[in-house]
Amino acid sequence: MIAELWQIGLTLGILVAIVPVFGKYMADVFLGQKTFLDPVVEPLEGLIYQLGGIRIRKSMTAGEYIRAVLFSNLVMGVFVYFIIISQGNLPLNPTKLPAPSWDLALHTAISFVTNTDQQHYSGETTLSYASQMLGLGFLMFTSAATGIAVAIAFIRGLTGKPLGNFWVDFTQSITRILLPISIVGAIVLLILGVPETLAGPVQVTTLEGGGQFIARGPVAHFEIIKQLGENGGGFFGINSAHPYENPNAASNLIETLLMLCIPAALIYTYGVFAGNTKQAWLLFGMVFIIYIGLILLTAIAEYQGNPLVNSLLEGQQPNLEGKEVRFGWAQTALWAVSTTGTMCGAVNGMHDSLMPVGIFATLFNMFVQIIWGGQGTGTAYLFVNVILAIFVTGLLVGRTPEFLGRKIEKQEIVLASVVMLVHPIAILIPSAITLAFPAQLAGISNPGFHGLSQVIYEYASAAANNGSGLEGLGDNTLWWNLSSSFSLLVGRYVPIVALLLLAEGMLHKQTASASTGTLRTDTVLFTGVTAGVILILGALTFFPVLALGPIAEGFQIAKGG
Amino acid sequence: MRELIKGIRLALVMWVLTAVIYPLLLLICGQVAFPFQANGSLLTNRQGALVGSALIGQNFAGNSYFWSRPSAINYSQDENAKTGVSGASNLAASNPQLRQRIAAEIQRLQQANIKPTADLVYASGSGLDPHISPTAARHQIERVAKARGLDTNQVEIMVVKNTDGRFLGIFGEPGVNVLKLNLALDNL
Repeated sequence: MIAELWQIGLTLGILVAIVPVFGKYMADVFLGQKTFLDPVVEPLEGLIYQLGGIRIRKSMTAGEYIRAVLFSNLVMGVFVYFIIISQGNLPLNPTKLPAPSWDLALHTAISFVTNTDQQHYSGETTLSYASQMLGLGFLMFTSAATGIAVAIAFIRGLTGKPLGNFWVDFTQSITRILLPISIVGAIVLLILGVPETLAGPVQVTTLEGGGQFIARGPVAHFEIIKQLGENGGGFFGINSAHPYENPNAASNLIETLLMLCIPAALIYTYGVFAGNTKQAWLLFGMVFIIYIGLILLTAIAEYQGNPLVNSLLEGQQPNLEGKEVRFGWAQTALWAVSTTGTMCGAVNGMHDSLMPVGIFATLFNMFVQIIWGGQGTGTAYLFVNVILAIFVTGLLVGRTPEFLGRKIEKQEIVLASVVMLVHPIAILIPSAITLAFPAQLAGISNPGFHGLSQVIYEYASAAANNGSGLEGLGDNTLWWNLSSSFSLLVGRYVPIVALLLLAEGMLHKQTASASTGTLRTDTVLFTGVTAGVILILGALTFFPVLALGPIAEGFQIAKGG
Repeated sequence: MRELIKGIRLALVMWVLTAVIYPLLLLICGQVAFPFQANGSLLTNRQGALVGSALIGQNFAGNSYFWSRPSAINYSQDENAKTGVSGASNLAASNPQLRQRIAAEIQRLQQANIKPTADLVYASGSGLDPHISPTAARHQIERVAKARGLDTNQVEIMVVKNTDGRFLGIFGEPGVNVLKLNLALDNL
């Protein structure tokens, strides 16, 4: 057990070492400082701006920024919908797959354009190489870049800078962050064994004389941006548990760090923008502590295994249902908490077969959305929580709430509340409707309390733009495809609009210079209050479903089934 | 409207960059520099026929072979799996079906005189797991050695040779690659 906890600790140690370097690099990119990639990237960007017709690169108002986000996302989503729906007539389809149903194609396009990558299909049996490479692979870059651009605009507004130009932020996110890391990382994954071929599946004769069909494809380039962009939509049905997506512990380490590095480092990027890295480290530390707590809870539960099965085996054995030998319980637990925390949504073991504690931790992550959080948006949500904490403490001590010298007033609280309230609305209302018709709509595959978790998880995953699932759920139905599309869209675009308006509001405020009466937000005490606000808001809103789902299942198992 | 046209143009440029040029670069790199990995790490037997992939597990039932883990999709070996498949049981820890399946699995292992370990009774995540734990392999050495008329020491050496250790001695779990081990035994 010590060896396993040690490898978790070391992985987190590497993450902490990456954060200041990478966070500073991202700050340099978006502050227009010189970076080592400039000589290569500047001519490329020049060409992109020229071909894309981006002549004016002046800063946008929130309204312009919002319109640019929505238009570009709409265009890309529609484009990919048509690629998927016409895959039967497109090349790169070695297994001659027909077009999927319109509702599945729609759900898939929305799911990938919103950076969620919730999948109601299996890659091998449903999508051609053209749909994956020319459609989904494209959205993996653009949806991640959209998230980063919004986060940067939000940080700019908070720190009193003009919001910037969406087209420029979007382009630079790809050319200076996502693409360079993807190229290097994909080559490393390729060397480690991840395939990259346009050839179709191969049929072999096994040693015992049977036939085996081995799915292949252009996986390496897809896999790396899937992790780095926190997309999470696997090339194969079983995602990063598939040996071709994640062949060994080395690839697993890389993929784990890649899904964590951008949201973790963006907190530091904020620190550079605000000129207050102390506050960045405090917030980082707060998230890090909650994150470690969830990892430990999940890992220990998996290590102790399933008491119902242990009674059949001789003694206590770890729960390896839905897990791969090469990762074991520790790397799977670390991944499960990381992927639901960061809204990546890729899995290297099946969450449906996690112990109830693991289901609790993964659901909790998707409810609070800031244990790193989604690509870009997670960092922004973190500051929404900070603003609410400032408001609460301001009320408690009777001072005017201020953040970075700017007053927090009605508009800020209204917009912050919108961000906080959209989430439970997009999860709980569709869940209630679905659970009201268990036989007709729900498609639950596991009996008892776990079935409730399956439904809640699916909508939480959609609304948080995560994309993982309790995959036993029969979710490729008209109802599931359309109702989760609603949660996907509401969970993505309503908060983005609110965040940008909030940022602009803050930008136009008069700054008051700090005095002895100012509430300092870069202290341990204030960070602790923020943690309290996050836990109380997140936990209380969703406590009833946590109690009826994983907590009840845990008691059920403890009493012997 | 101008913004919409901008969006369309930039999307097209980005599409060419990230969905055409970038994958093409990787395809060329893979097919030229690392063709073995890029095509799926495929393995051949002495006669040169394809027998599987170094990364993908197989089902084994005979006594002369080491057995793999249970798979929810029978290692993509069914007739209707023409595209190749992957999949897990997705049974919840509290699901009575899980307990029933494992009880049957334990019985099957005990009949073959293999001590049931966690990896041999729990089904894998991918349904294609190429590994079993070193303990699970050790418990099978005697059965395989007997069926093949080999010395147990000799088989044990083969097991060790086909064990993938932790990355840098730290990350992940050690596992015995079942197909590679069985192939090596066939090639003795």
